[in-house]
Amino acid sequence: MATISTTGEASIGQRITEGLFKRVLFWLIAAIIVAIIIAYQQDARVTTAVLAATLRQSIPLILGALCGLLGERSGVINIGIEGQMLLAAFIGFMVNAWTGNLLLAVIAGVLAGGLLGAFLAFMSVTLKMDQIIGGTVINILAFGLTGYFYQVGVTTAGKLLPVPLGSLAELPLVGPVLFNNPPITYFTLLLVVVIHYVLFFTRWGLRTRAVGEHPSAADTVGINVYFMRYANVTIGGAIAGLAGVFLTLEAVGSFERGMTNGRGFVALAVMIFGKWTPFGAWGAALLFGLATAMQTQLQFFDVQVPHQFIGMLPYVLTIVVLAGFGGRARPPAASGQPYETG
Amino acid sequence: MGKGRIVLEARKLTKRFPGVLANDRVDLLIHQGEILGLLGENGAGKSTLMNMLYGLYRPDDGEIWIKGEKVTLHNPRDAIDRGVGMVHQHFQLVPVMTVAENVMLGAEVIRNGRLDRREARRQVRELSQKYHLQVDPTAVVEELPVGTQQRVEIIKALYRHADILILDEPTAVLTPQEANELFQIMRELTQQGVSIIFITHKLKEVLAVADRVSVMRRGQMVGSIPTQGATEASLAEMMVGRKVILQVEKAEAQPAEVVLQVEDLTVTDQRGHRIVKGLNLEVRAGEIVGVAGVQGNGQRELVEVLTGLRPMENGRITIANQVISHSSPRKITESGVAHIPEDREKHGLVMAYSIADNMVLNRYYQFPYAHSFVLDQEAIDAQGSRLVAEYDVRTPSALTPARNLSGGNKQKVIVAREFSRPVKLLIANQPTRGIDVGSIEFIHRQIVAQRDSGVAVLLVSAELDEVLGLADRVAVMFDGRIVKVLPIAEATREKVGLLMAGSET
Amino acid sequence: MAADQASSGGFLTIVRRIWRSVSVPLTAVLLAALIGAIILYASGANPINAYAVLIEGSFGTAQTFGRTLEKATPLILSGLAVAFAFKGGLFNIGAQGQLLFGAITAAAVGFGVQGLPALIHAPLAFLVGGLAGALYGAIPGALKTYTGAHEVITTIMLNFVAINLTDYLADGPWKDTSPGNIVARTPAVLETAKIPAIGNIPLGFFLAVLAAVVTWWLLYRTTLGYEIRTVGFNPHAAHYAGIRVSATVVLTMALSGFLAGIGGSIETLGVVGRFQPGFNANLGFDGITIALLGKTHPLGVIPGALLVGAMRAGANRMQLHAGVSFEIIDVILALVLFFVAADMIVRWIIRVRAGEEEKVTLSTGWGSQ
Repeated sequence: MATISTTGEASIGQRITEGLFKRVLFWLIAAIIVAIIIAYQQDARVTTAVLAATLRQSIPLILGALCGLLGERSGVINIGIEGQMLLAAFIGFMVNAWTGNLLLAVIAGVLAGGLLGAFLAFMSVTLKMDQIIGGTVINILAFGLTGYFYQVGVTTAGKLLPVPLGSLAELPLVGPVLFNNPPITYFTLLLVVVIHYVLFFTRWGLRTRAVGEHPSAADTVGINVYFMRYANVTIGGAIAGLAGVFLTLEAVGSFERGMTNGRGFVALAVMIFGKWTPFGAWGAALLFGLATAMQTQLQFFDVQVPHQFIGMLPYVLTIVVLAGFGGRARPPAASGQPYETG
Repeated sequence: MGKGRIVLEARKLTKRFPGVLANDRVDLLIHQGEILGLLGENGAGKSTLMNMLYGLYRPDDGEIWIKGEKVTLHNPRDAIDRGVGMVHQHFQLVPVMTVAENVMLGAEVIRNGRLDRREARRQVRELSQKYHLQVDPTAVVEELPVGTQQRVEIIKALYRHADILILDEPTAVLTPQEANELFQIMRELTQQGVSIIFITHKLKEVLAVADRVSVMRRGQMVGSIPTQGATEASLAEMMVGRKVILQVEKAEAQPAEVVLQVEDLTVTDQRGHRIVKGLNLEVRAGEIVGVAGVQGNGQRELVEVLTGLRPMENGRITIANQVISHSSPRKITESGVAHIPEDREKHGLVMAYSIADNMVLNRYYQFPYAHSFVLDQEAIDAQGSRLVAEYDVRTPSALTPARNLSGGNKQKVIVAREFSRPVKLLIANQPTRGIDVGSIEFIHRQIVAQRDSGVAVLLVSAELDEVLGLADRVAVMFDGRIVKVLPIAEATREKVGLLMAGSET
Repeated sequence: MAADQASSGGFLTIVRRIWRSVSVPLTAVLLAALIGAIILYASGANPINAYAVLIEGSFGTAQTFGRTLEKATPLILSGLAVAFAFKGGLFNIGAQGQLLFGAITAAAVGFGVQGLPALIHAPLAFLVGGLAGALYGAIPGALKTYTGAHEVITTIMLNFVAINLTDYLADGPWKDTSPGNIVARTPAVLETAKIPAIGNIPLGFFLAVLAAVVTWWLLYRTTLGYEIRTVGFNPHAAHYAGIRVSATVVLTMALSGFLAGIGGSIETLGVVGRFQPGFNANLGFDGITIALLGKTHPLGVIPGALLVGAMRAGANRMQLHAGVSFEIIDVILALVLFFVAADMIVRWIIRVRAGEEEKVTLSTGWGSQ
């Protein structure tokens, strides 16, 4: 199977296999677009609603996957995405409730995520703890802290509202789905592009990937492995924090114990399915988002399936994806292993 | 070869690790344009010394002087800034990245905030031409042959304007011809003013290419002499501290019936490429067949198939008249096959287990070590103690974890385990890689003893000298096939070297 | 470095050895409690009062002590499940899901099978619960070894799946249809299926301790245990030794699931008397903390489970009488896990050197090797 696709340079052999993959992908996307158009003809309102819900459900997954892949590209496994999201969701919510200022709340949440990211980096890089346990500590800590400090009855002072992008929002189908969204959604889509660029076209990205693939090679040319890992994992945490504030301040508008509901772990499957690339994660997240969006739709269609089975859908899908991809996908080679200099 | 001023000097360099004094007041110096050989057996402290000169380790005591200035190297960056470059024994290249990306890593070419890959490629081509080191900048490193990867490492150093190059065991992965090519490159580099420190444990190479040689032993610098006038024997004596027998003493072989028969063996990898291509081989009881060849020509896969660790695509394998073509590792072991694996820590031992538990790794389920499914720990421990004494494994007891042992002693544990039962075929894969001379001598004697007691021995080794020293017949492996089998009397280094590189004789 | 090979016994040596094993976990707990106290104080509560009520709620009377043991029982088994999987090189976070299936199938046998004497009915229900857990545990094991899907994610996903499935069963086909019941739960199990208590001490607790002893024996005294541990430490060497690695991985997860499953059986048959969704969401993660507190040794799990069980038993009382939200326990336990896993910090504080056997590396990335 072809190696992790690194845009930029490729040998002839790689170019051929990637060419095949790209062709399959092209036809798949074409088929999906055709399906959407047909569905739109059938029932415009429902199709639009489903697509909008798909995008909405995918945002935390994209952000979570971006968080995970930044960490793993630099060699650190992050199981704590769930906890980072949850704590940020809570802090964003509380800051908003106290101050009424949405921007401040978003910043607070992002900082909370970044703080937990730095903590994970501390455990993994400095203490050289087992990274999965480190992530687990973050998860339990977040659950405990948010549960302990949560008081029932607190409400947010407002929500982040959709910002239509001028006349683009008037276009049929794509208008309401893509161009009439609240800020974090726009930012997320932008972030996908930015991180892709940084990872594959800048010095920072090259060094990050080297540190995750072969840390001693990076070390011997004078790159500070510890610093790269700390930086990437902390930034990743901040991104997971953004996912958390999205949940409370943009999507739902309130907080509930454990509201992340496993999204942080599904994001890991999204990351693996997307082969540790930002655009791959985006595509995979949309797929998962679709599965979740379908849940609500199926209920409307009076399908005789108990609601618990529909609730299971994202989790089962995650398992199926991992089973299909888990072994064949190649993570960064040094991912999960603590590094010792000299 | 204009030898000029001293460009690099180590004075009384000392480095301690927990429990061991790796470098003890070591002195070393190299002149401009000189090739200095650094000789010493495994564990003598050569790598530690070089790591200090490259800034990877900090000395506990002593001084480093580069081009007339005393320096403190905090990290490789400092060494690189002063013109020191290092080519490690285990390449420090990122496998999934291209040559150009690897070369510029850490010293990237930037244009408008982004990586300028085109410029990097251009610079690599330029260096490539200037120093006659052919590489394709766009190639992905993990797809390159080992010899080419080494050239990438050298270009990496030259790209950073290194004029003092440290090469750590560079010929470990090369055929004799490729090694000669490397020596040629080294001479050309020195003509351009580069100074080279060349670490090795191979006496012949030092005499072939170095101007001077410094010999280390047990962490200390024993002496530095010009290579002119030195002999293999004199250098060996300096390395080990006593007279070394360079040839293993053995009687004439008495081969009997065929024990191992391999017919038309084909092995493919996950991608469907054929690695072993219709291989034929025969080993008789009472003889040692040595498989010579550069690593990567299918030897590992051959051994894995013979020991049941890998499936074969086609072919037939018979051991002592029993067809074992698709048998499990356990069945093969039980039919009288002993295996010394190539990677002792990966396949041969469980580091966390005690020595005794490791000794029963392939027979823990047999009487007397177990009674049906219950283990008899006492019997296991007793056997462990017995074997530790018999095979002279240096350890406080048989209950210490295997990870505490030195490389040579770990290998002895594996040897003890495999030889302490009746065996028809012994497969030894790189049996003396990375261990001290004393243990090497011990293991070679054991292998010959097995042969003399009627065991068929298949020896696979990338060290040509080991094969030539031990084998009764030499089978040369190239590109997944045995290209020729020579009786030892006819197997000269030149002939075997040519066959290893694929040219027909 | 084998200074541990003390030739003779001697009281001091024994004390030293006990201290060596206990020092780190003990200090971790104390440090966590300290930080917990700081959080309590910072949020306006009185830590001393809170802790006092907590202890009272766990050990105050014979009744509360019995309740502590009751709470500790599934924790012992969850910790055992996790520790056992660790020994086999696997990370089983699915104890919760495996326990849920054990609980509901035990309930099903308990109320669904009529006319059996107690001597057969109870053990049968008990074992069926374990078997259900084993099957549910085998799934991620098989996925890992045959498809490479990492068990950390699959077990967590399967937990969610288990919650949904058991929810469905308790709300649908296996719902308690006795008059007056609207809640999602199964009917009560028959008397013949119940696991009794001896005075205040539940029999289930003894069963859990027995399970720990049997697990220890299996791991260290049998050929199967040798195989599991070898695969756990070095799958390559295991392959070389002729051990069937794939089969061993699946079996390890199945046995781990079995342990969690009987935890569920005991909850249903010994404590609740039926299956009711929504109990003990923390089980999986508590199991990890307990396993590490006991250094992944089967017998070491027991003191850890007692500690966590005590904390959870006393937490409700603490909430009622000291007004402290019980989630503080989660925070403290997260900190315990942190300190135990980051034992470098603790060792530095109390100046204890690590023994060679104690280094536990549990994960090496997503690959199945």
